[in-house]
Order: sequence, then C-alpha cells, then structure tokens
Amino acid sequence: MTAKKLIRHETILALLVIVALFVLDRQSDRFFTVDNLFNQGRLMTEVGLIALIMTFVIVTGGIDLSVGSIVGMTAIVLGVFWKNLGLPLPLAILLALAVGTFAGFVNGIIITRFRVPALIATLGTLALYRGIAEGISQARSVRGYPEWFFVLGQGSVLGVPTQLWILGLVALLSAVALAYTTWGRTTYAIGSNEVAARFSGLGVDATKIAIYAASGFAAALAAVIFVSRVSTTRSDMGTGLELDAITAVVLGGTSIFGGRGTVVGTILGLILIQALKNGLSLAGVKSDGTVVLIGAVLILTILVSNLFHRDANR
Amino acid sequence: MAAPDLHAAPDFHPKRSLAARIVSAYGQEIVIAAAIVALFVVVSTINPRFLGTNNLNTIIAGNAYIAVAAIGMSMVIITGQIDVSVGALIGVLATISGNLAVSGAPVWIAWIAPVFIGAAISGVTGALVAYGRLPSIVVTLGMLSILKGGLVSVTGGAWINHLPPAFQLAQQRWLGLPVPIWFMVALTLLAFLWMRNTAFGRSLYAIGGNPEAARAAGIPVERRIVQTFMIHGAFAGIATMIFATQLRVIQSTVPPNLELTIITASVIGGVSILGGTGTVIGSTLAAILFAAIGSAMIFVNVSAYWLRAVIGFLILVTVLVDMARRNREFRQ
Repeated sequence: MTAKKLIRHETILALLVIVALFVLDRQSDRFFTVDNLFNQGRLMTEVGLIALIMTFVIVTGGIDLSVGSIVGMTAIVLGVFWKNLGLPLPLAILLALAVGTFAGFVNGIIITRFRVPALIATLGTLALYRGIAEGISQARSVRGYPEWFFVLGQGSVLGVPTQLWILGLVALLSAVALAYTTWGRTTYAIGSNEVAARFSGLGVDATKIAIYAASGFAAALAAVIFVSRVSTTRSDMGTGLELDAITAVVLGGTSIFGGRGTVVGTILGLILIQALKNGLSLAGVKSDGTVVLIGAVLILTILVSNLFHRDANR
Repeated sequence: MAAPDLHAAPDFHPKRSLAARIVSAYGQEIVIAAAIVALFVVVSTINPRFLGTNNLNTIIAGNAYIAVAAIGMSMVIITGQIDVSVGALIGVLATISGNLAVSGAPVWIAWIAPVFIGAAISGVTGALVAYGRLPSIVVTLGMLSILKGGLVSVTGGAWINHLPPAFQLAQQRWLGLPVPIWFMVALTLLAFLWMRNTAFGRSLYAIGGNPEAARAAGIPVERRIVQTFMIHGAFAGIATMIFATQLRVIQSTVPPNLELTIITASVIGGVSILGGTGTVIGSTLAAILFAAIGSAMIFVNVSAYWLRAVIGFLILVTVLVDMARRNREFRQ
C-alpha cells in the first residue's frame, strides 16, 4: 500500500512537470533550447545537492535548517584558507569540504547524543554557523580565484556543465542508497518509528549522525560550486537556501513527519520549481511573482496528494 | 487523582517544597532571567554607560515587537504547530499600515488594520492546517513564499516615506515609558494569565500535549487550532503596530530572518517545540536577552559581526542545559 501511495504522489507531480514544461514551451521558443536547459541546470545544482541529502534527513523525521549557513561558512573558510592563509586552492577546497562535513557531524551529535529536537538544534547552528561566517569575514569578500577553478561552476565537460555531472552522480548515488540498501531501509525505519527501529537493533544514532554529516558535506560541495559559479566569496551566501531545499523535498512527496519519500520525487520537485522560475521569467513574469506561484503550488500539491491519500485509506 | 494543579507545566512531585516546584515549573524562565541579570552586571562593570536610560530604552523598546510577536508564536508552538511565515506577514502588514497612513486614513485605522488582516491571513493558514490536515511547516513555508513574493512584486521593495507624525505610535511615551514597553509588558502578562487560568488557554496545552486525548476530553481541536492561528496573526498585527511606527520610513520588504528570531525567542524561552509546555513570560525574557546581548557586544567592543555567532552559541548552550535539566528530572 505504501508503494501505491508513493506512485500516486509522484505521478501527480510528474504530470504537473509535463504540463508545466508544455505550457512554458508554448510561452517562449527559447525555453526548450539546450543552452537554456543547461543554464537552468547550473542554477539548480546548489539547491539540488542540498535537497537530495535533505530527503534522507526528512525521511528520518528530522530537518536540517543549518544547510544555508553551512554554505556561507564553508564558502568563507574556502576563501580565507586560500587567500589569507596562502594554502593551495585544492587543499583549501578539501578543508572546506571537511569543515562542512564536521558542521553536519556536530548537528548529528547534538541531535542524537543530547536528544535535542532537530528543528531546535539546527535552528541554533543556523545562527552559529552563519555567525562564524560573518565573524571571520568581517563583511569582506574574497575574489581573484584562478582561472582553472571556474571550470567547476562555469565550464563544461563533454558538452555538459561540470556541476550537472556532479549533481547527476550524487542523485544516482542517493537514489540507490535510499531505495536499495539496508542503510536506506534503516532510514525509513527510523522515520516510521524510531523506538521500534532502536529495539530492532538498528544503528539509529550512527545512521542519523552519518545523514547529518552527509547533509553538511552536500552543503559544503554546493558552496564550492557556488563560489566557482559566481567567482566570489561572501558571508551571506546561501541565505534562505534551506527553505528552497525543504520546499523541493516536500513538493517531491516526502512526508515532513518522516518514513515516506523518494529521491525521484525530490528530483521532480526540483525540476518543477526550476522550470517554473525559468519559464515564467522568459514569459515576462517577475521573479517575485514566481515565488508566489511556487508557494501556491507547494500547498496545493500537498493538499491534492492528501485528498488522494484519504481516498486510498478508506 | 489529585486535584488539577494550576501550574503551566505539569508537576509530578506535589510533595516537594514550593520553591522546588516553582523551579521545576518555571526553570527555563528563571535561567533566562538569571542570564539577563548576569549580563547586565558583567557588562555594566566593564562599561557603566550600558545601564544608561537611553540604552535601556533602545534595547527594550526597540525590540518589543519581537517579544509581542513571540507571544502569538508561543501559543502556536504550544499547540504543537509552527509558523515560519510570520516575518513575511509582518512585512506585508507593515506595508499595508504605512500605505493607509500615507493615503490619509485616520491613524487609528492604520494602527488597527494590521491586527484584523493579520488574524484573517493566519486564519487561512490555520484552516489549511486544521481542516486540510497539512503539516503547519509545509503550509507556512508556502505562505512565506506567497507573502514574500506577493509583497515585493506589488511594491517593488519601495520605501514608504512621508508618514504622518501622528502615526509614530512607537515613539510616543505614556507616563514616561515608551509605548512599546507598555505593549510588551501588558500583553505578556495578559497572555500568561489567560493561558494559565482560562479553559481556552489551558486547552492549548492539552492539544499540544496530546491531541487525541484533548479530542477525547471534548476539546474541539480543529476549531482551537484555527483560533490559535488567528490570535497569533492578531499578535503579529500588534507587533506590526509598534514595528512600523518606530522609524520614519517603512521598507516594503520582509525583514530578514525575522521569523527565525521570533521562533528562537519562543523556543529559548522554554516553549517546547514538541508542544504542550512553556510560557510567554519565558519568550518575552528571551527576546529581551537577545536584544541585550546585541547591545552588550557593542559596549564591550566586540565586533558586531560576531553577534550572530554568539547568539547561536547561546541558543545551543541554553538548549543543552535545558535538556540536561529535563533528563535529570525525568530520572528522579
């Protein structure tokens, strides 16, 4: 029955994506061009990487509000390690990824060892990590990165934007991990009933810590790509990204209460949001108008999917 | 069964002394109050000007709107819900209020309109949560987008200037005290007593503690949730009344991170995010504590850029101390 429910939501969403693409194609002949689609892929990558791992977080019944701040903090760490401490850029990138993973690990420790609800723990680290970014940077930005670094965010490999390869790889890995591994099944078990999962002998705490660390890593990876794409580092990078990522995940049918959701759904959610943003701006609607529409689509999709649910339950 | 005890948080140890019971029921409020006192003692030793009347006014009156909004937020969180759209709502209401004032409407209408519009908008949110059976975080995430995008696409982020002087409610004083402080103190006390002593107020705790049990006890859970959201919207409107009138301009955008500041004040004030416990006295004290920390950093010459890091660190310490206290009580 669970499978049936999942298919239902994702079918609705897939239909919605197709309708949206069709309508947007009719609105503008520039929409379905390779250039435009690749460009949209670039814009989607940062929030996409975060949303993919956020799917795991939300499936366990948790939430990670600190990802946007981790983006800001790791971007600053990258810039400071490279520019102010004079480390080689590849090493600075590795250190930034390590700092992001550690930040996520700290979230995991606070949530599992101290039993702090994820919403509060990451609300605290949202302020803390952003604060560290602001404190270190003192509102100075870092510029002047070497040319080769821009390959990541602005270049292409085999004709496809570099970061889309990364996004595709992470998407594939997370889809397989969630659907086909014992680790993924543990993730669902925690979200459905954490106490039962614990009594079944599953490594609940270890799994949760690993998921939050992965979330931090994804945010750091997004930060590196972000810096490469815009050629600069600022402490306010990634502000509000957590809400965009959560919107994509929830739109993708993952239950905010945990235990239900798929990576495919999240990808559809991401595509729908990005297509709406792009298509409407091509059709001349201002970006703020698009934000309104995304909010309405979020509420309506969940409402419709809920109605189907109740029918299914009867 | 013992007679129902009137403390906001249930006390399972009636044999303990009164002091022990107060500490147990209002532990978080006491911790925050102590933190405020400690902060004032330490900072004023380093720099006595911290205790100047002007500075105290800036700290408390300037942030009273956060405390007022946190009252409504606390009620929502106590029923087990959340509202991440409140910052956007306050932005929208401030713009409506400012435009009314500029267009020549009587100032009292410009003051009162946000209260009713806020209640109406939050009522819609509440209805979607209660009757649409949608998780409040999802609905309010959607509302956040709708309000924020709607506001900027209508106004283009333009500033509202030339507000009539009579509109500046927050700059007035009654009996020598700035109006925002009167609002904050009176509303906090009224809300605290109302939630503690009326059947309606206590039903909020019951719903947050266990919705099914509340339903079985005859509480109309859906209607209460819609009403709670409406009250919360009205508090956001009152917060707007003092927020929009404290400066000579209103910026028609959403104040950044305002919703997180408000939620944080509630949660640090001891309102459990799981619902069912906490008081608005705690959330108001927490709002004052945050404002005082921000000001204190300037007085002890710490770069303001570290403010958010300090607040984040304090949030985590407060939460960890609170969890440790609860776990210890649980074990006793």
